[in-house]
Formats: sequence, structure tokens, C-alpha cells
Amino acid sequence: MKNVAGYRAPYPGTQPNHLHPPYVSSIARSPSQPLVRIPYTLSEVTGPSFGPELGSSAIQDLTKQHKGEPLGERIIVSGRVLDENSHPQANTLVEVWQANAAGRYFHEVDQHDAPLDPNFTGCGHVLTDSEGRYRFVTIRPGEYPWRNHHNAWRPAHIHFSLFGPAFSTRLVTQMFFPGDPLLPFDPIFNCTADEKARNHLISVFDWETTVPMHALGYRFDIILRGRDATPMENE
Amino acid sequence: MSLQATTSQTVGPYFKIGLQWLNRDNLAGEGVSGEQVTIHGRVLDGDGVPVPDALIEIWQANAHGKYAHPADSQDRPLEKGFLGYGRIPTNKSGAFRFTTIKPGSVPGPDGKEQAPHIVVSIFMRGLLKRLTTRVYFPDSRNAADPILNLVEPSRRSTLIARNAATRPGELEWNVVLQGPEETVFFDLGL
Repeated sequence: MKNVAGYRAPYPGTQPNHLHPPYVSSIARSPSQPLVRIPYTLSEVTGPSFGPELGSSAIQDLTKQHKGEPLGERIIVSGRVLDENSHPQANTLVEVWQANAAGRYFHEVDQHDAPLDPNFTGCGHVLTDSEGRYRFVTIRPGEYPWRNHHNAWRPAHIHFSLFGPAFSTRLVTQMFFPGDPLLPFDPIFNCTADEKARNHLISVFDWETTVPMHALGYRFDIILRGRDATPMENE
Repeated sequence: MSLQATTSQTVGPYFKIGLQWLNRDNLAGEGVSGEQVTIHGRVLDGDGVPVPDALIEIWQANAHGKYAHPADSQDRPLEKGFLGYGRIPTNKSGAFRFTTIKPGSVPGPDGKEQAPHIVVSIFMRGLLKRLTTRVYFPDSRNAADPILNLVEPSRRSTLIARNAATRPGELEWNVVLQGPEETVFFDLGL
């Protein structure tokens, strides 16, 4: 079999390094040896796809997982998943998880002194539609303190996990909210050198997806890596 | 025109609530052909401390060396019920364990066959982007594997599961994040 086309390398500074000392947990958990460059093979340009059978178990409304309504501000988070070549990524799995309105995760490790909400678990997953669109109804998550440094607080955020078409396109990221005063101080948000790349993680308030008398809309488009047009010569 | 790929961020400590619904630690369903293998190990940080909040994802071909994916155009059979994907969180002791089918060999660069292997993503709090690596098997084909041969000989063993002393019939493969035994991680651009 001939060599396969790989995926584009990121623009300089647009992805974090593994080691980012202001984020203290990265110090003991990032590799110390240089990564080994390898050519793309069939193993890296293929990846799992999850069919409509998972779509039937989709959770797209995080406010309807329990008997009652969760506390907090209802919001609509939606967007498109494209690749770097502007191709919509249809039928790709998008998973989200987040804290409740008080800034507490439904997780036994989270012992922040803020109330759990019996009507809010804070997880969802959907497949994108034929045009790469996804949409969740949820509650605006609260900010919360953490132990990274003195008086450290995470800005409000929603975790996103996406697959795309291949092992090489797998992405885990976080979505933030416009105008959050904590953003300049967050070592995780600021781990990426390129300011424009960082700012793409901030969702955009959006009238078009805002539902009158119901919920504000925030748009968050996600770009997965695009495939190179031709196979690279192996180094 | 080209868009710019979205920046990676850490999976954080609380991924379980969003990701556990898709946990899969047994890929070898009933009727799937091939040699069943169980691989276990631990994830260890730079201080040698087990990592209790890591997530391992695996992707592999079936026993015929065929990926369940449209980009695999080889004339080899698919196995009904074998997707080739697993998602396994570490437990409180930093340990993980999964059962699968030993994959067949798949084509590699320049027409060379690759030895049987599983590709692996590792996520955890503290990792701002995933780590990627591979697990190989005790197999004579490893010697000619084009990817293993890109790795310094002294480090290749970190990519090869070995017969476990403590659990006969199982393979052991550990993920060591730093230090002299550090696992080889690959640069796939992200």
C-alpha cells in the first residue's frame, strides 16, 4: 500500500506544550523526553465512528435529566464542527461535561463547599448533524476555586470531547464565556501562546440562537485538524 | 483558505461524569474471531506515583488487520461486532485492564507491514493535550516494524507488552510519564 496522507501540523503556538509550569499538575505528568516523530499510517488516519445507535441515547438537554428543573441560568450552547479545510464534520460524537450553577461537579472527588443540584448531573453527548451542527441546552456553569496557586479560581467553562474521522483528529478542549474576569488569570486557558487561538475557546453570545423568554444562546464552533492533500515523504 | 484547529485543553479531574457512558474495557465480544488477550498495567507520574485519574483510549484493527473505517480500503474482512475502540479509566491504584483481540498486521509506510499493535491516547488532569503511544505484543514481527525502528533501541521495550509474571495468561504494559523508564510517546502534530 502506498503512503497515506496525514493531518496538518498546528500553526506555531496554537497548541499547548505538555509542560506548562504555571499549571502545576503538568510538572509531574508531562513527558520529559522529546516526542518521537513518526509518519502517518493507516493506524493514525482511521478511528472509531459511532453510529446512529448511539444517537438514540443522545443527551442534548442537560436540564431534563431529572424530575425537576436545575437551578441557575438556562443557556443554549451550539455550533458547528468543521475541519481546517472548512469541511463540516457530520455524525461525529460530541461529549460535554460541566459544573453546576454553583460551581460544583457531580463527582466524588469534587469537595468544593458549594451545593450539589439534585436536578443536574452536567453531562451530555450528541452526534453532529449532516452539516456538522450540534446543540445543547444546559445551565451556565459556575466558577470554582482550585488548589493550583493561592486564591486560584477557574473561569466558567464547559468541557468538550470530540472524535472526528480519525485517531489523529481526537480533541478534548474547554469552552469559556465572553467577558469572564477570571480568564486572564487562568493557567489552563493561558497555556496556549497564541492569543487568537486562546480566544477561539471563548464562546460568542449569539442572538440568533437565543430563544425569546427562554434562554440565551452561545455559539462555539470547533475546528478539527484537516488532512494534508498529499502524502508526505517519510523522513 | 485554512481554518485553525481548536486548541486542546486538559480533560481535568472530573471527566468521568461526561465520558464514562462510553467506557469499554472488553472489545472481544462473542463471535469475534482472533486470539483473545488481556492487557493490564498502571499509569505512573514523574514521582512514580500511580495516577488514579487517567483515561486510556485504544484503537486497533481486527484479527485480519482490517480497521472498521472507510479509509481502510484493504480487501480484508470486517468482523461484525468489532469496532476496535476502547475507553478505560485508571482505578484508584492507577491501574487499568482491558480485554481485546490481538490485531493482525496492517500496512505501514513504503509498503512495509507493521507488526500487530494498538494505538493509544492518554488523557489526564495535568495533560494539556493528550499523549499518544502504541502497545505492541511479544511477536517476532516487532524486529522489522517500521515505527519501532524509529525509536532508540534502548526505549523500544516501553512499547511492547510482556507476559505478566503475576497474572499468567495476561500481558502487562505500563505507562510511565517521566524518568529512565519513560514510555515513548509519539509526535502526531497534536
